[in-house]
Amino acid sequence: MQGSLDLLVLKILSRRPKLHGYALMTAIRETSGDILNAEEGSLYPALHRMEEAGWIRAEWVLKESGKRARIYQLTTTGKKQLASEETRWVAVSAAINRVLREA
Amino acid sequence: MSLWTRIANAMKGDRLNRELDEEFASHIEEAVAEGRDPEEARRAFGASRAMLRQREASHAVKVVGWLEALRADVLFGWRQLRRNRATSAVAVLSLALAMGACVSAFRLIDALLLRPLPVAAPERLYALSRQALNQDGVPFAYDQWAYPDFVLMRAAAQNHAELIAVSNTDRMDLTYATDEELEKGYVQYVSGWMFDRLGLRPALGRLLTEDDDRTPGAHPNAVLSYDYWTRRFARDPKVIGRTFRMGDQLFEIVGVGPETFTGTEPGTITEIFLPTMMNRWVQRSDATWHRTLAIMNPGEPIDPLRAKLEAVSRNFEAKRLQGLSGISKQLRDSSLNQRLLMEPAAQGVSNLQGDYRRALTWMGLLVGLVLLIACANVANLMTALAASRAREMALRVSIGAGRLRLVQMVLVESAMLSLGAALLGAVFAWWSAPLVVRLISTPDNPTRLLLPADWRVLGFGVLLIGGVMLLFGLVPALRASAVRPVSALKGGDDPHARRRLMHSMIAFQVAFCFLVLFIAGLFVATFHRLSSRPIGFDTSRLLLLETVAPHGQPPSAWTQLGELLRAMPGVESVAASGWPLMSTGGWNGSISVNGGPVSDDWGYFLSVSPGWIETMKMRLIAGRDLRSSDAFPGAAIVNETFVKRYLKGVEPLGVTFEKVDFGGSRNRCQVVGVVNDTPYRYLREPILPVAFVPFRQLDDKGAVQLENSGTFLVRTKETNPQALGAVLRRKVAQAGSGFRVSNVQTQQELLDAQTVRERLLAMLGVFFSGVALLLAGIGLYGVLNYSVLQRRREIGIRMALGAPRVPVARLVAVDVFRMVVAGSIAGLALGIGSARYIESLLYQVKAVEPKLLTLPALAILVVTLLATLPAVVRALRIEPAEILRAE
Repeated sequence: MQGSLDLLVLKILSRRPKLHGYALMTAIRETSGDILNAEEGSLYPALHRMEEAGWIRAEWVLKESGKRARIYQLTTTGKKQLASEETRWVAVSAAINRVLREA
Repeated sequence: MSLWTRIANAMKGDRLNRELDEEFASHIEEAVAEGRDPEEARRAFGASRAMLRQREASHAVKVVGWLEALRADVLFGWRQLRRNRATSAVAVLSLALAMGACVSAFRLIDALLLRPLPVAAPERLYALSRQALNQDGVPFAYDQWAYPDFVLMRAAAQNHAELIAVSNTDRMDLTYATDEELEKGYVQYVSGWMFDRLGLRPALGRLLTEDDDRTPGAHPNAVLSYDYWTRRFARDPKVIGRTFRMGDQLFEIVGVGPETFTGTEPGTITEIFLPTMMNRWVQRSDATWHRTLAIMNPGEPIDPLRAKLEAVSRNFEAKRLQGLSGISKQLRDSSLNQRLLMEPAAQGVSNLQGDYRRALTWMGLLVGLVLLIACANVANLMTALAASRAREMALRVSIGAGRLRLVQMVLVESAMLSLGAALLGAVFAWWSAPLVVRLISTPDNPTRLLLPADWRVLGFGVLLIGGVMLLFGLVPALRASAVRPVSALKGGDDPHARRRLMHSMIAFQVAFCFLVLFIAGLFVATFHRLSSRPIGFDTSRLLLLETVAPHGQPPSAWTQLGELLRAMPGVESVAASGWPLMSTGGWNGSISVNGGPVSDDWGYFLSVSPGWIETMKMRLIAGRDLRSSDAFPGAAIVNETFVKRYLKGVEPLGVTFEKVDFGGSRNRCQVVGVVNDTPYRYLREPILPVAFVPFRQLDDKGAVQLENSGTFLVRTKETNPQALGAVLRRKVAQAGSGFRVSNVQTQQELLDAQTVRERLLAMLGVFFSGVALLLAGIGLYGVLNYSVLQRRREIGIRMALGAPRVPVARLVAVDVFRMVVAGSIAGLALGIGSARYIESLLYQVKAVEPKLLTLPALAILVVTLLATLPAVVRALRIEPAEILRAE
């Protein structure tokens, strides 16, 4: 569903800050019980878009292997965004549930 | 992401790509570490093509958006400017003029006052001068030194600094071939060790060294400047070893200096460097003829050395004055209590700097004011344009354009305007800076200034463009972007806010314009008063032949030559003098009348031949002219000021006075005549007491002295005296008695040379006043026109309701007139406030003269009326019916 990837990423980062792209992907898969799967091809553009919007911040860290990894964390704006997206999601999913129930 | 990050990203797209690659690689590595198949992990990113696409998708967000937007803005801006062609052209032209003038002024100020000398460590260079009190108790600085004093100071400064002596650059007669072919060369005597200590290397041959500067008169070696070598010898390497004669000395050229070094005097380009030991004053304690520069050792403090040198110099003066009699106590005290100053001289030291420092600073200020006026103008034009685009802006905002985006759009237009103006301005600056140098150059003292167009000028230009762009672009840009869509789309933003901004700009413009006019008025009045000052002699048709007789000639031979010249066709009369009046040279001594006390101040002297007074067309008030039998000491003709100063209350004719010299020698003269006052050295200084004594001079033993230089004064019959110059010059050479003419000029040229600075300031002042008035007029016209357009509806309705014409006209003009009056008052206050900083450049002009205050006000009034008229007419022609129909 449109916008849900952003919400997932923001939520995961709010609980576990400083993840890199692969860890985010894994986290989405594992916490959703292998149901949701974010593709690389949509995850990375989304990350960069959110970075530009100022919701998340990226920095380079050195991994044990000696190579650099780019890790992401929430900004203050990002936290606000998360709150409003969450509210919206709850409202929208409740609405959808109602429709499914009553239609 | 900020605008700046995006610009940075656009600049380093490569790095961005690398970072993306690195992030993806790290991702694949993680996947593999968790046991996924490497191939499969890579496939997850898709094949290489898909990877590229993905990379672009990320990249595009960062870079392309901004670049695309910029490109669109440039195209759109260009269309906007073209659509308003007339407005844009006016903006670009007025800005170009102002920016060009700014760059031009910067080039001059930089070349003369700011640019460090091209030597090893210019920041460690200091100039030594002495400060004493003059007769009126006013401090004055004096930077000329006697060489024996210099030697003592150099010894004292050892281990702290190296001192170098550099004489003034003098225009000398010299010859490379026969005595027939005299030419002028700019000669400077310098310490032999100067080149080495300044880190200079020869372009050819060798430079002077310490060994060239040990024994007086023993080192006839010369170094040419690169510039002179190029112009005079076309860079002929065979110039080394050639000789030239100067006076009775023969010099050999040993080398050529480095390309960039033209001496230590900005404004004058030294052509020939000679060792100080070859100067004839080098052993004299009573002749001050050179500047002293100190090259401080690294890290050496100034003040201890200054105190040390001051003590040495005072000690030297005290010893020197011990043996002298005939010096007043006041003069003795002021000689002994001189304070030694050391001032930074990274830019060199020259008389031109002293003469023009203030003048150029004021010129820079005028230019800056004109630039501000132009900026205000363009800002107003842009505001008016923005107003007509309010709906467009509103539309942009309502479909989601950010405020920053709109500011960028308007600023891009400003940038295009200022770039266009800068290009035109550069052409103007390239042409006008050398022109000003030519204007301040006089035939007898040509000014040459290197005006390179290098990174300093370029940097200034770039700063200027940026500053100008922000000055005229930012306010309209912010205003345009602050548009509220709802009100604009409904058809009316708050019109008063915009008008208030434009009106305050008008007030600024008028204030600056008033200031420019006022300052220019001061300069023009100064020039006028100085050049129309009565001078007491007639300069018309008066030719001056500066003549030398290298081996000396008796006065009778000078008289004979004068008669030979008088017999030439076209010559009315001829006389001789030691040098011409107003040639800035001087000869003085204290005066003692009838054996009375010696005066504290000086009387001035000039040796003249019989008939000189008549040839000058001066007025003999009493007594007689000099006769060929008169001699100095013996007879004298004095001027009125001399009588007033020294012979008060006595019948001047027949009085004897003595000229008392520094060394105590006394020369007795009897007054045989009185003439009217004339300026002696400078047009600006008060009339000095002058005694004209016979050209024929006797030495201590009463023998007639040989004269080796003098000036023939030729009154011609033709109106252009220069036409005879070449003929007379040849005649002197052909006379065959060892006379040579070294310089030909007119008395008028000498006079003009003394008002060069005033003329320049007056000319530039008038020019910039014209520009300022024009710009202010254009600005006023634009604003009025805009406000009539904007209030068309209101005016139409008023007229439809039967409003008479006068109130309608007043409605249009009253605000602007209020602004003009406010601006004028502000300008007046600024002008009067600034006047006292300008006083040293003025001559008998007071800032608060009513005429100087009313003229600018009148000029502004006239321009205001002219600029208002079209708008008022336009307002009155509005057809109410048409307006109402259109709405």
